[in-house]
Amino acid sequence: MAGKTLFDKLWDDHLVAQNDDGSALIYIDRQLLHEVTSPQAFEGLKLAGRKPRRIEANLATPDHNVPTTDRTKGIEDPISRIQVQTLDDNCDEYGVTEFKMDDVRQGIVHVIGPEQGYTLPGLTMVCGDSHTATHGAFAAMAFGVGTSEVEHVLATQCLRQKKMKNMLVKVDGKLGVGVTAKDIVLAVIGEIGTAGGNGHAIEFAGSAIEDLSMEGRMTICNMAIEAGARIGLVAVDDKTIEYVKGRPFAPKGEHWDMAVKAWQDLKSDADAHFDKVVELKAEDIIPQVTWGTSPEMVKPVTGMIPNPANEASPVKKEGIERALKYMDLKADTPITQIPVDKVFIGSCTNSRIEDLREAAAVAKGRKVAASVKLAMVVPGSGLVKEQAEAEGLDKIFTEAGFQWREPGCSMCLAMNADRLEPGEHCASTSNRNFEGRQGQGGRTHLVSPGMAAAAAVFGHFTDVRELELQPITGGAN
Amino acid sequence: MEAFTQHTGLTVPLDRANVDTDAIIPKQFLKSIKRSGFGPNLFDEWRYLDHGEPGMDNSQRPINPDFVLNFPRYKGGSILLARENFGCGSSREHAPWALEDYGFKAVIAPSFADIFFNNCFKNGILPIVLDHDTVDLLFKESEANEGYKLDINLEQQTVTRPNGEVIKFEVEQDRKHSLLNGLDDIGITLQQEAAITEYENERKKRAPWLFNR
Repeated sequence: MAGKTLFDKLWDDHLVAQNDDGSALIYIDRQLLHEVTSPQAFEGLKLAGRKPRRIEANLATPDHNVPTTDRTKGIEDPISRIQVQTLDDNCDEYGVTEFKMDDVRQGIVHVIGPEQGYTLPGLTMVCGDSHTATHGAFAAMAFGVGTSEVEHVLATQCLRQKKMKNMLVKVDGKLGVGVTAKDIVLAVIGEIGTAGGNGHAIEFAGSAIEDLSMEGRMTICNMAIEAGARIGLVAVDDKTIEYVKGRPFAPKGEHWDMAVKAWQDLKSDADAHFDKVVELKAEDIIPQVTWGTSPEMVKPVTGMIPNPANEASPVKKEGIERALKYMDLKADTPITQIPVDKVFIGSCTNSRIEDLREAAAVAKGRKVAASVKLAMVVPGSGLVKEQAEAEGLDKIFTEAGFQWREPGCSMCLAMNADRLEPGEHCASTSNRNFEGRQGQGGRTHLVSPGMAAAAAVFGHFTDVRELELQPITGGAN
Repeated sequence: MEAFTQHTGLTVPLDRANVDTDAIIPKQFLKSIKRSGFGPNLFDEWRYLDHGEPGMDNSQRPINPDFVLNFPRYKGGSILLARENFGCGSSREHAPWALEDYGFKAVIAPSFADIFFNNCFKNGILPIVLDHDTVDLLFKESEANEGYKLDINLEQQTVTRPNGEVIKFEVEQDRKHSLLNGLDDIGITLQQEAAITEYENERKKRAPWLFNR
């Protein structure tokens, strides 16, 4: 019998019951809550007269609607304000631990989970947010759910699921200087498409993945959903354990020793079977830039915008034509000629300390181009912001002409006041370049933090590998 | 949840691949703390010519005459015909809430994104996967014939074309059972309370750190 994959092990470990109808009841260890997808879940619970099963298994923070400017005046938009207030009220009523808007620990759910040691290897975690895949970087089975399932987990601590298939994405070799985790995951999506991982849990492995920091691994797992997979995973190694150690919610004392021992097995067996395998060479990966309205519409910065005339499939051809029209771009134009109006460095994909250091290394000693209307840096949490300020990164950014903001989801999805105006092109470190994602009529180009900073400085996309970078002395994290 | 057993309805062909949940219901409408009322803002950015915000009187807004949902012939449509990877992107359940509120009972596509697919079943909407060529045929027929209606029977797992030809589709048995009977998923899980408690006690022994925050 073949060995088990990491996903198989996590699944089996959380199986409460295998039902006759083909579904399985899976235990959910922890849940993250935010203001957008939880109000109707709490309301449903109330209407049905049900009580939460393990309220201590939930951690909440507002992130989507919060302003990234001065917060002393509260939230200006009354509808956003009510939504955040509703989260506060529900958490107060039920006794859920919440990092409220004025708490230094507040931030994007997918940043604060790992930062607090709330995300741990071997657990199952859900959140009403598709980027929950992020936490798989810790060899945790983490996936996004809808509001009905948020309520389901509150009431039962379980979900009825059908097991996904196993997919392996193996990236071996050494990444070039200036090439990052973001470029790996964009290259993977370019290769397999936005539906390539549908119905699968993707494990990312290979020497290039092993070489990444935990931040880099989170960036990759975060975008598994952009390849269609609800779950992204990386096996446990010393880096995982080192990262978790000593964090506020991490196990302590004898529980720590017990946990570390249990976590050693969180890797795929050598003879495990994967239903699908994709292999990439790290040396082949060049900094990536999306040119269209789907994350799979991506090219190396050295490449050109594709020509629909070269596309055989009519549906794809029409997709390219529609994207070029929306983006107001011409086929066969070099990527480096695309001008940039705004720059956004942030989101659950790229707002951790390492991401900010990477962008600061480009910004240091340079200035944002005059043609760029706004370049903003939004740290992923209050603690990331504090650390960045302790390292002087805020000064580097503000001296270069970037705005230094308060933590939240911000212009990744533009639910707060941060957004693109119609027609504006944005170099963004976020995860989705869908039509209107960053504001109606806005045109998003997904890139790494270094590439975003380079675009800010030059006013158009520029190969970050060609720039001289200033050392950023943050030290090991 | 409303049960789905059989439905005959006007078919609306939305001919683009990778329709994401941001397109189905844009983010500004996610600020609502209610489950209902999203229908008028379904596909808001494609459907109207102006920028929509919550609280607007949608009946007064300029509509985009080139968007399929606004064609007079598709008024009252209740079966959405779509292309590959429908519902990709965000996990927002507001997407099926908007489709349901508008009046859609079923979506037919060659493939769906996983979270959206799952969310549909929680809201009485039946997502049906048919092979690419069959979907293509339905697109051609519905575009060529005004008033084109399909008949969907969940019990039989069939889609019947106007000419009487029957197409079979697959659906997982547990989802089928829940949808046919309009069952409350949480209620079903709570019937397994004993198994959950047993698992929890055993997990507490194996991973006590998860119960000792």
